[in-house]
Amino acid sequence: MDMAILVFTENWEGKFKKLSYELASYAARIAEMMNLPAMALTIGNPDPDELEKLGHYGLKKILVAHGKNLGTLDNQVYASIIGDIALQVSASVLILSNNGTGKALAPRLAVRLKAGLASGVNGLPISTEPFVLRKRAYSGNAFAHVAIHTPVKILTLSQNSFELIDKQSKAEIETFQVTPDSNLMKTKVTDVQKQTGKLLLTDAEIVVSGGRGMKSPDNWGPLIELADLLGAALACSRPVSDEGWRSHEEHTGQTGKVIAPNLYFAVGISGATQHLAGVSSSKYIVAVNTDKDAPVFEAAQYGIVGDALKVLPKLVEAVREMKSK
Amino acid sequence: MKILVCMSQVPDTTTKVRFTPDGKSFDATGVQWVINPWDELSLTRALELKDDASTGVTQVTVAHVGPVGNEPTIRKALAIGADDAIRVNTESNDAFVVSSQLAEAIRQNPYDIILCGIESCDFNGSSVGGMVAEMLGYPSVSAVSSLKIENGQAILSREIDGGKEILTVPTPFVAIVQKGITKEPRIAAMRGIMVARTKPLKVMEPIATEPLTSLLQFEKPQPRAACKLIDAENPQQLIELLQNEAKVI
Repeated sequence: MDMAILVFTENWEGKFKKLSYELASYAARIAEMMNLPAMALTIGNPDPDELEKLGHYGLKKILVAHGKNLGTLDNQVYASIIGDIALQVSASVLILSNNGTGKALAPRLAVRLKAGLASGVNGLPISTEPFVLRKRAYSGNAFAHVAIHTPVKILTLSQNSFELIDKQSKAEIETFQVTPDSNLMKTKVTDVQKQTGKLLLTDAEIVVSGGRGMKSPDNWGPLIELADLLGAALACSRPVSDEGWRSHEEHTGQTGKVIAPNLYFAVGISGATQHLAGVSSSKYIVAVNTDKDAPVFEAAQYGIVGDALKVLPKLVEAVREMKSK
Repeated sequence: MKILVCMSQVPDTTTKVRFTPDGKSFDATGVQWVINPWDELSLTRALELKDDASTGVTQVTVAHVGPVGNEPTIRKALAIGADDAIRVNTESNDAFVVSSQLAEAIRQNPYDIILCGIESCDFNGSSVGGMVAEMLGYPSVSAVSSLKIENGQAILSREIDGGKEILTVPTPFVAIVQKGITKEPRIAAMRGIMVARTKPLKVMEPIATEPLTSLLQFEKPQPRAACKLIDAENPQQLIELLQNEAKVI
């Protein structure tokens, strides 16, 4: 039987995002390495234009599963659909994002398909025979090389860890109906509380983050202004969210969100191990802190030693000047 | 109603991570072991639910897969307030093996709610909760940031991109817990530490399972280049560097 590399790309109300193209590019690259076709699977009703665009990233085929009651994620139902497709196309490698959905589904699929799972993978396989991957370990303080021994392999790819490779290729689109086993549909979503149009911390290319050095929640004004000017998302350190200065959704660090933006501004953050664990995969880190010996300066490429509250207005001014040029 | 909290032990989160010279294993010299932070939050939430008589929660058990040397960490969970504990007597860094042991323990003695942390801060696998649920055929809800029980019905909130969903799920189920589930982890009081010694800790022998993965090697991230310091009076220079050198803005 023909084998394939299968990637699960979720869609958000019919749309894909950068993360989806990263996944498709990654799957296509592994498919080349293993001389197999790359296929994507999505569940729902993606816009035709969006499907066409996803296809540009080297996919041979995109499978679109429609069905009733699939609007919200039920882990058991979704895992059964993805698992069935993986068997039908004889997927030898199944790829998901290491985001909330991927983390919810990959372990269930590992059991269904009796497949070894490596999660938080941050690049191409080190080798395909044996199948060895490099993944996040010790919360960003290390990487582990993990070998998967089973015929089917599952991995979840860390966000922002693979470049987009637009091949201007065209994928065949195959749409089909699925009828999930109603006995599996046990979760019931009763309410959704969602802010629309807000840049998500995990999707942002630039993140501006404040720590205890901001001294009071009333001082966030210039930080927000800096974020707005740069088109950045806001984040904060754990003490800030624990104090209730900012919502815990903004907390980045070991127990909060793990992010890998291109640029991370750590303002008034000393850089405890637990904080750096959540941001150490950022391409560039800028630190602003009063203490020149603060550990954040060891992780940062650029630093300003100074009081966050005094430096910020000048920084905002400098960005404004740059933008006006 | 009975709650099982699955628990792993990890190096204290302030540990400077080191490996043996061959890079094949973690160097545990001088390391303090603690309850995995998310498991500690899960345990705290389970105990809060038990403290509230209206929830009908009568028992909180912790389960751990690990060797006898890990018992001090299990005793910590008992000191914090768990009623009893199960330890499956084997050691593995393969999530499938660990989950198989937990699933077997649950088959032998079922629980209504099973709580797992969203990941362990050593291997960051995010695997055990979902695997246990699939092995048992239970529903699972991931990224749970709130868990309540009202009139015998579990009500959870799940973090989604840009917000949250409120959902209900019938027992038995697995909730995979993240930050927000409770404010702060509960700390053991002196009395708790005293009674922990006498609380039941059941040791189970493992079932036979083969690992599906193996950890071959660890490496440390590449050290970053030295930090370029910019004069606090001249942040324009920083902006220039970000624009022209790093090319990120």
